[in-house]
Amino acid sequence: MKAKHQRLVLIVIALVALIGAGLLAAYALRNQASYFYVPSQMAENPPAVGQAVRLGGMVQEGSLKTLEDGITVSFVVGDGDATVPVRFAGILPDLFVEGSGVVAEGSLGADGTFVADNLLAKHDENYVPRELQEMSEHQAREVVAETEESAR
Amino acid sequence: MIAELGLAALWLAGALSVLQLFAGVLAVRGHEDMAALVRPAAVVQGVLASISFLTLLYLFAITDLSVKLVATHSHSAKPLIFKLSGAWGNHEGSMLLWVTVMALAGGLIALIERRLSEKTMLATLAAQAFVGIGFYAFILLSSNPFERLPMPAAEGQGLNPLLQDIGLAFHPPTLYFGYVGLSVAFSFAVGALLTRSVTPDFARAMRPWILGAWIFLTLGITAGSYWAYYELGWGGWWFWDPVENASLMPWLAATALLHSVSVLASRDALRTWTIMLGVVAFSMSMLGTFLVRSGVLTSVHAFAVDPERGTFILILLGIYIGGALTLFGLRANSISEGERFKVTSREGALVFNNVMLSAILGIVLLGTLYPLLTEAFDVRVSVGPPYFNPVGAIFTVPMLLVMAVGPLLRWRQDKLSRIQMPLAVIFAIMIAVLGLVVVLGSYSLLADLGLAIAVGLAVASFLPLRGRNLLRVPLATWGMVIAHFGLAVALFGMASESAFTKERLAAISAGQSTEVGPWQVTLEGVQPVAGPNWTALEGQLSASYEGGEPIMLNPQARNFWAPPQETSESVLATRWNGQLYAVIGNEAGQGRWQLRLWWKPFVTFIWYGGLLVALGGLLALIGRVATDLKRRRVMRRKELHQEEAVA
Repeated sequence: MKAKHQRLVLIVIALVALIGAGLLAAYALRNQASYFYVPSQMAENPPAVGQAVRLGGMVQEGSLKTLEDGITVSFVVGDGDATVPVRFAGILPDLFVEGSGVVAEGSLGADGTFVADNLLAKHDENYVPRELQEMSEHQAREVVAETEESAR
Repeated sequence: MIAELGLAALWLAGALSVLQLFAGVLAVRGHEDMAALVRPAAVVQGVLASISFLTLLYLFAITDLSVKLVATHSHSAKPLIFKLSGAWGNHEGSMLLWVTVMALAGGLIALIERRLSEKTMLATLAAQAFVGIGFYAFILLSSNPFERLPMPAAEGQGLNPLLQDIGLAFHPPTLYFGYVGLSVAFSFAVGALLTRSVTPDFARAMRPWILGAWIFLTLGITAGSYWAYYELGWGGWWFWDPVENASLMPWLAATALLHSVSVLASRDALRTWTIMLGVVAFSMSMLGTFLVRSGVLTSVHAFAVDPERGTFILILLGIYIGGALTLFGLRANSISEGERFKVTSREGALVFNNVMLSAILGIVLLGTLYPLLTEAFDVRVSVGPPYFNPVGAIFTVPMLLVMAVGPLLRWRQDKLSRIQMPLAVIFAIMIAVLGLVVVLGSYSLLADLGLAIAVGLAVASFLPLRGRNLLRVPLATWGMVIAHFGLAVALFGMASESAFTKERLAAISAGQSTEVGPWQVTLEGVQPVAGPNWTALEGQLSASYEGGEPIMLNPQARNFWAPPQETSESVLATRWNGQLYAVIGNEAGQGRWQLRLWWKPFVTFIWYGGLLVALGGLLALIGRVATDLKRRRVMRRKELHQEEAVA
């Protein structure tokens, strides 16, 4: 094989692998990406029961309750227009407080309660999930007021 | 005064980088009188940048509250080590650290590098200065770390408690050494493109820098993963978080580069490919910085949204990467062809590894940027493990399989039949492990495959030593063996953790017990404790492994008061075969407390493996540098002999 041919073959193999990776990735992204909802979107056009999605919004003041078993909590997430009740079994993240932003990963149950497997609260005092910026003006201002300096 | 001194030193260093660039470019274009300026400029620039950074460290050490950065990120009541780490635990300080390390690296090249042709050397230093200028401008124009407050603050705002951790204090600098090391590789690549001299000598000059950067990146990723594991209290060790991906992508590119530069150094093949990877690797560290600093992506790690800084880095990214790729496009054709090789050969295996690594890099890159792309069309998407794990595995598995046999192959051309025996042995081991794991009752395909490949690879990684005098094996070969073995160890930890982890979530009162895996855990009580800048509720757990002697564990829920914040301090009980991970939560009513427990078999192997990989890199680096020094001594002796002969 001539040098030029060898280079060509290598380039073709590399391209095939990379394009393959790209197609595979595109296919996988289309099929499994979990979508992000704010409460008003969830009220208007709810995801299928059991479908993995993320719900983001503000934890409503006074809505946080611990159930009998001591490990399940329920609270309400709102965006100013609509609210969604959420249930979560586990230890709450350190920065999870009422009146603060949260992103819950989980799925919508048949009874309209969002069952969260995982809660992403603010990671520190400066961090606001970017997805929450789509909320109403008033809340957006609240959130922005909390965002000042980067922490790292 | 001190702060102004630091700022002045930084301006001077920036000015010197401009001088270094112009002198370098002119010298390369034939104005030889300019050449004498380049090396001294690089060295002095390194010294000035260091002075600037030391000044900032000093300001943090004495908690000078008239400086804005200190007032917003430190507190007089903090332990000294965290005052110091506060200097780089923020945007401005970390950028200053970045530019300082970069200037030091430039100075170091100017002082010690003797293998490159003088012209390539000058071009490299000019490229280094070109990259540096952007960062100086960034710091001086938009993120001045020495800015004064109109009125000194009464007290500082403190450092985020999550960052007040010895592991994390040294995590960012470690990653930065890696990123900056890749900037040197980038400069070398650009320098070689400018002078059209891509030779094995060039590869040998570039290799220690790539090795160094790669070692630091490996350590940084390992440390970051362990930090996330024990500090966040979620029990996971990798989240496919954009910030994590930001460090993984340069590592993937650097790993590919490390292997291709070895081919170039020992076999004079893969010339253009190596240059290309040099550009890509640094692009990935720039892209990572952009993603992390600009807040364009949602991350569980903390970053504020700052469009101005994001735009600045994006422009730098465009200039450097666009410029380098354009140069590459113009010059790639004029780099002459290297040596040829057959598909079944060491080169062939390394090319395969390079292509697979590039594919994995592409997958991670797509997954990380995809949310940004869809957002442009108003669709919000989060991409997580269900994407990265299976799609990545499709390329990781064949790469690991080839990695097991690649080092057994000869350079240039070989026959698979020559390594029949070792191939059969490795294959048999993998099948046996796979059978065993299925019998043990794990049904996770990826985890089971991972375990089988890990054991096979662990054995295979030592095969290159077979039949050799171990004392005579070069250090670089030992490095490869240990790094490959380390990867097998890490893989074993990952697969084992995901196949066999047990979890228990419970609310129990004092005196009650609960079980997780082979552990029995009893809550003895909960009591308040206090630290230097926090108070906490501390759980007293006694835990016994398979009914053995109980050990005491004290997880805490801490309250910091400056800034006010809660953190949970998980505890880890480490045995050789895994870790018990315990977190205490809130009071659960009726005198009960929330407990979250995990039993994670062999989870520690993940980080031991990471350390072994880095150790392998270090051995290779020492081996390479030692060989180079020896070669240089021999050359000098020859020159002396010749001079004597002439005289």
